[in-house]
Amino acid sequence: MSTQGTAAATSVWDGGRSPYAVNSKKFGMWLFIISDSLTFSALLFAYTYGRVSNPNWPTPFHFSPSIIFSSIMTLALLSSSLTMVMAVQAMNHGNRKAAGGWILATMAGGALFVGLHLTEWLNLINNEHVTPAHNPWDVPLFGATFFGITGLHMTHVITGIIYLGVICQAVFRGKFKAIDVEVSGLYWHFVDLVWMFVFPLVYLLSAKI
Amino acid sequence: MSSPVVHAHHAPEGFIRRYVFSLDHKVIGIQYYFLGLFSVFIGMFLSLLMRYHMVNPTVSVAWMAKLWPTAAAGGVMTPELYLSLMTMHGTIMVFFVLTTVPQSGFGNYMLPIQIGAEDMAFPVLNMMSFWTTFLALVVMIAAFFVEGGAPLSGWTAYPPLSAAGRVTGPGEGMGQNLWILSIAIFCGASLMGAINFISTTVDLRCKGMTLMRMPLTCWTWLVTAILGLLGFAVLLAAGVLLLLDRLAGSSFFLPAGMMISDRILADHKGGSPLLWQHLFWFFGHPEVYIAILPGMGVTSQLLSTFSRKPIFGYKAMVYAILSIGFLGFLVWGHHMFMSGMNPYSAMAFATLTMCIGVPSAIKTFNWLGTLWGGKIHFTTAMLFALGFVSLFVTGGVSGIFLGQPALDLYFHDTYFVVGHFHMIMGVAAIFGMFAGTFYWFPKMYGRMMNETLGKIHFYLTFIGVYCIFTPMHYLGIAGNPRRYSAFTDVEYLGGLIPVHQFMTYAAYFTAAVQLIFVVNLFWSLMKGPKAPVNPWNATTLEWTVPSPPPFDNFAGVHPVVNHGPYEYSVPGAASDFIMQTDPPSAVPSEH
Repeated sequence: MSTQGTAAATSVWDGGRSPYAVNSKKFGMWLFIISDSLTFSALLFAYTYGRVSNPNWPTPFHFSPSIIFSSIMTLALLSSSLTMVMAVQAMNHGNRKAAGGWILATMAGGALFVGLHLTEWLNLINNEHVTPAHNPWDVPLFGATFFGITGLHMTHVITGIIYLGVICQAVFRGKFKAIDVEVSGLYWHFVDLVWMFVFPLVYLLSAKI
Repeated sequence: MSSPVVHAHHAPEGFIRRYVFSLDHKVIGIQYYFLGLFSVFIGMFLSLLMRYHMVNPTVSVAWMAKLWPTAAAGGVMTPELYLSLMTMHGTIMVFFVLTTVPQSGFGNYMLPIQIGAEDMAFPVLNMMSFWTTFLALVVMIAAFFVEGGAPLSGWTAYPPLSAAGRVTGPGEGMGQNLWILSIAIFCGASLMGAINFISTTVDLRCKGMTLMRMPLTCWTWLVTAILGLLGFAVLLAAGVLLLLDRLAGSSFFLPAGMMISDRILADHKGGSPLLWQHLFWFFGHPEVYIAILPGMGVTSQLLSTFSRKPIFGYKAMVYAILSIGFLGFLVWGHHMFMSGMNPYSAMAFATLTMCIGVPSAIKTFNWLGTLWGGKIHFTTAMLFALGFVSLFVTGGVSGIFLGQPALDLYFHDTYFVVGHFHMIMGVAAIFGMFAGTFYWFPKMYGRMMNETLGKIHFYLTFIGVYCIFTPMHYLGIAGNPRRYSAFTDVEYLGGLIPVHQFMTYAAYFTAAVQLIFVVNLFWSLMKGPKAPVNPWNATTLEWTVPSPPPFDNFAGVHPVVNHGPYEYSVPGAASDFIMQTDPPSAVPSEH
């Protein structure tokens, strides 16, 4: 290694500052998102693997109610991303009250999603007799992949609601900074984005047409 | 732009906050180190039991019967118990020793100091990461004590054995559930650690610490963290699916018509055991680099320091580390040649596997180039680093054999593979840990280790491990299968039993020799002579601070780096080493 004079030290990678010009927390959340997206990728890979090796894969979702229902769920989750954007915006303008309100709205959107999703689950379990182990179409992996993937996603949504709850009460009490809201928003948008893969792959590809 | 999250803080009061739930990266590093030390002795004990049984398959041991009343009834272990000892040996060694000590132990302690930071980027996450690892270890060890005992399916947990439940063997009930749970917890801990390591390296380098001035140890910790970030995420998904198969009756890894112990598994169909192998080895191959890369970093650091020469080809070393990390994600299929694979896929995986030989060879030749013409100081730390190079070459060369599908089909289920991965992933990585221990002990504890005991320990261990693992390659070529608990029932293996006896004696010998290390470690902790700030005349930042360093590492001073990490024997300089923090004028101008 040749020694470089200090005058040459002009790149953002030369130490003494954060090269991405972002807070470490934000950077850390991005790293978590990279990691978590691989977890979901692995599940979707398993789904693809199972689907390809079972040619008689069922397509049981009727337009009504399943597809309509899941579309409403999608709408609820997407809207909650919009309210999350509003929350980050309000917090950046120092308007804690509005920010807290928008976070509450985001949590409500998430809760609506979870509620509708659980209704859908119960409908599948009780009326269609689909469980992780069995289903009427004799392709056990159909239920396994459905509950596995949507279950892990729902776990993420529920975790997100709790996470936002912690952020929300702190925002109302004048604690935490705008960056904390923004970082929680990153997580929330990520969970949304995952659903945008899950919805077409799990629901639409298994719709009865 | 916001500044990095570093606050000059004072050491907390009270034993609990200071030594148990500490936020200090140095304490957490030591905690990881001792967790690994505890685990390595459990793992070693299990291997000794296995080696004893292989050459004494019918001898009754009274205390074995007491320890395992059913699995070793009459004092002789059943093949199932042998397999569960093998599983736990592999799991504990891979996860709680090889993954934990080089990265989380030394990395936690040294990374922030070497890049001039006061702590890791997320101290709370760091603490949680350690205690989550601790929980994972407790859950893993609990698998010994539940009904049926520890699982049988190896550290790779291949289904259907691991997925079909209690019908496949005694440990496949609760034991296997706990195993998966422990691994899932470990994935979480690993994720937290990886986020912390990457954020710290990217964000917290002090002024002047450009990426190309980082010690190679920091590069390897960074790349290892990236591998952990991506690899463990996939293992977590695989673990969740396996748990679903076991607990919710799903069939991800179970095909139709499975017959186990004369019973057809009627409830399962449609899945594929190969799916597990794909998911597992997508993690599993990077995992072997997680184990070895930090050892490479330590070796590079030590060879340069103790040869009193700059590392040969610093940039080539960095690119080699990066390409090993990248290629590591493209070669998982070479673990599956035996599982039935399209020959074209096998050829692709084999070609990519051979490609890894290139950066590995670059590293090896650069190490030799560093030694060439150097003023070599044969300290114990240096001896272990040289041992690392030796073991890395030995283990790497047998890897070239196994990377060829045509040869692997013959070798895969033999002792050849056991010899290969123990050499390169097991012993080489452990030599890296020994090297790191002898090198950094003075900094971590403020006392010197005993060099005489250290050298005796090195030479005996070096001879010992070669005696254990070299014969395995011959056994493999002779067709000795692995995972057998005894060889007396197979006629053609009879002639190989003396070789096994030799290996068993070598294993006893090597294990006994480790007591020298333990004595040296604890004696030096208590009674070792006081260490100066820079006992090795090394250049990196950890040697600018007191031994042991103060709570915030640099006592409130922000270090400024002006030099690369390995400026030894610079012509015309006042001494044969230039500290990274020395003023730019320390290097005489050539004009």
